[in-house]
Amino acid sequence: MKHTLSVLVENEFGVLSRVAGLFSARGFNIESLCVAETLDPTLSLMTIVTRGDEMIMEQITKQLNKLINVIKVTDLSARKFVDRELILIKMKATKTNRAEILRISDIFRGKVVDVSHKTLTIEATGDEGKLAAMIELLKPLGIKEIARTGKIAMLRGAQ
Amino acid sequence: MKLTGAEILIESLKKEGVEVIFGYPGGAVLNIYDEIYKSDFRHILVRHEQGAVHAADGYARSSGKVGVCLVTSGPGATNTVTGLATAYMDSVPLVVFTGQVPTLLIGNDAFQEADIVGITRSCTKHNYLVKDVKDLARIIKEAFYIAASGRPGPVLVDLPKNVILDSTEYAYPEEIDIRGYHPTYTGHIYQIKRALDLIYKAKRPVTYVGGGVIISDAAEALYQFITTLGIPVTMTLMGLGAFPIRHPLSLGMLGMHGTFQANMAISESDLVIAIGARFDDRVTGKVDEFAPNAKIIHIDIDPTSISKNIKVDIPIVGDCKKVLQSLLKEIVAREEETEKIEGRIKPWLEQIEKWRGKHALAYEQEDVIKPQYVVEKLGELTKGEAIIATEVGQNQMWAAQFYEFNKPRTFLTSGGLGTMGYGLPAAIGAQVANPDKTVIDIAGDGSIQMNIQELATAVQYNLPVKVVILNNAYLGMVRQWQELFFDRRYSYTCMEKIAPDFVKLAEAYGAAGFRIEKIKDVEPILKEALAVKGPAMVDVIVEKFEGVYPMVPAGASLKQMLLV
Ligand SMILES: Cc1ncc(C[n+]2csc(CCOP(=O)(O)OP(=O)(O)O)c2C)c(N)n1
Ligand SMILES: [Mg+2]
Repeated sequence: MKHTLSVLVENEFGVLSRVAGLFSARGFNIESLCVAETLDPTLSLMTIVTRGDEMIMEQITKQLNKLINVIKVTDLSARKFVDRELILIKMKATKTNRAEILRISDIFRGKVVDVSHKTLTIEATGDEGKLAAMIELLKPLGIKEIARTGKIAMLRGAQ
Repeated sequence: MKLTGAEILIESLKKEGVEVIFGYPGGAVLNIYDEIYKSDFRHILVRHEQGAVHAADGYARSSGKVGVCLVTSGPGATNTVTGLATAYMDSVPLVVFTGQVPTLLIGNDAFQEADIVGITRSCTKHNYLVKDVKDLARIIKEAFYIAASGRPGPVLVDLPKNVILDSTEYAYPEEIDIRGYHPTYTGHIYQIKRALDLIYKAKRPVTYVGGGVIISDAAEALYQFITTLGIPVTMTLMGLGAFPIRHPLSLGMLGMHGTFQANMAISESDLVIAIGARFDDRVTGKVDEFAPNAKIIHIDIDPTSISKNIKVDIPIVGDCKKVLQSLLKEIVAREEETEKIEGRIKPWLEQIEKWRGKHALAYEQEDVIKPQYVVEKLGELTKGEAIIATEVGQNQMWAAQFYEFNKPRTFLTSGGLGTMGYGLPAAIGAQVANPDKTVIDIAGDGSIQMNIQELATAVQYNLPVKVVILNNAYLGMVRQWQELFFDRRYSYTCMEKIAPDFVKLAEAYGAAGFRIEKIKDVEPILKEALAVKGPAMVDVIVEKFEGVYPMVPAGASLKQMLLV
């Protein structure tokens, strides 16, 4: 099963490679990893999307906690949470498909961030399902390139 | 007062109560060596940096203190990797200081630069690159704390040359606060009660103890626990010494080369009480068939060890000694239930005695000297009171099986990593920590050549370690696998006629050298060697084709033992 982990770490050099190294050394997989400073500049927050059964997830959580630079690990998937990802999609734009691309982009509240004679670049944010649907619809129109940030996530409500 | 980085290092080591550094100098650490010279700090010069780490490791395992190393940058640092990995696998507290090129040159492929923090990330408990001399004292304090607390392990501190030279106001921190590191020592009382509920129901319980019991100095508490409940106990390789091996409740070692009774008892048990052990594959055999009908209680300070390989019913995270003490308190309070154990498990103990009687550890002494006989003789001559280090292979297993360990911290062996070349430097470190004890490295003719250069260290400091080579002219353990699983195709394991003359070699280093070729010489010559005031090496020519038995083939279940 897919799990989204929120990992609070020391904002120091080398921490990212400790976390990434742990996943590769123990054969755990990372689907995406996002990291940036928090309000407290001495801390960073990582959002890691990974997969595993109960036993593997228990190991991943414990192994992360074992790293000296890791302060807190929360498996968001056990609770209600919101997640978002930002995506940039560069479309092969022609006279005939331009309007259709814009229409689809509108439906998903995408924004055009760059245009050229041959391309149209759209920015969109959303959860996994929304972005997947958008890509699905845009594919037949000719996607040239995609870049995505990976997921960031947060528990809902006052938790 | 302003001190240089080098001065801060020496002052901090004094504050930590460090008595000795095992090290090897070089360009990046010259200033530290100058400080060692000026302050007359005790330093043992090894002959290879791997030797420094194993020596610090032997020092730490035999004494319970943190072992300390100092090496130069680049090759000096990379030479420590095997030692670090060895210590990491066996949870040995070390602090290893490495020199580094100046911070400005880091990343430039400077002369003798190696990214040692990157290289050792996965074989240290934690590591640091000190970027500013202002952080140095704090980092040293943290390094020692992390190395020795929780589940111990090696910590590496990388010291760029400019940090060693720079000066700052020095004050050694009193307090420590690492917000991401809070080991749990006290077991959860609710879990402890639940564990006892299981113990009070079990009909076929067995205790399985590992190195954690020795590391947490829990041997006494374990003895109380076992003898109060009357439950049998088996030890892992790393656990040897945690409980007197000849005690009626001891089943000896379990696992790949464990005793018949230990492996049978685990396999047939209905309750396994694991203490400070981590269900290593050499212990469990085929995981699915390990103790298939048993509930499992697991006491360990490292949460990641619990339910890693084997699903555990009652996890108790905590220090082995503390948890055992809490258990004992409850046991005393529940006297009535405790008294009922004896009657309930009587048939079980009888069954175990039958197993014990059936296939005892044994060998047949024929014309050629059997290696087991040599180990037994060493046991007799030292009354089981020596500190025994081993190399890796058959020598290691025979030492484990035939030297009778009764006390913790007397058996030093590379269990997790299985590092050939560990024994001699580890023995040297143990001798430094225990100047009045007999320290013996039970060695193989292959392994001893991996760190033979440390004989020079032993001679230089007159450390009277004794190396006893069980010379079977083979990389014996590998040969045994080739015999059993590769139709005796002895590919590159024979060392006959190409070994050095170990007696001359010992003498060349300035140590005493002995050779034993006849059975009748074993006792007198071992005696003579043990009586030598300085280091000595004994080359014992033993049976070439002797095997270590019982043996559970890798991946087989514990009950599938090859008995001879
Ligand atoms: C550094 C290292 N290289 C290789 C091995 C694989 N290995 C395990 S036991 C062994 C043979 C050891 O031979 P020897 O020291 O003569 O011991 P014996 O088994 O003959 O007692 C080897 C090569 C190892 N454990 N460590
Ligand atoms: Mg050999």
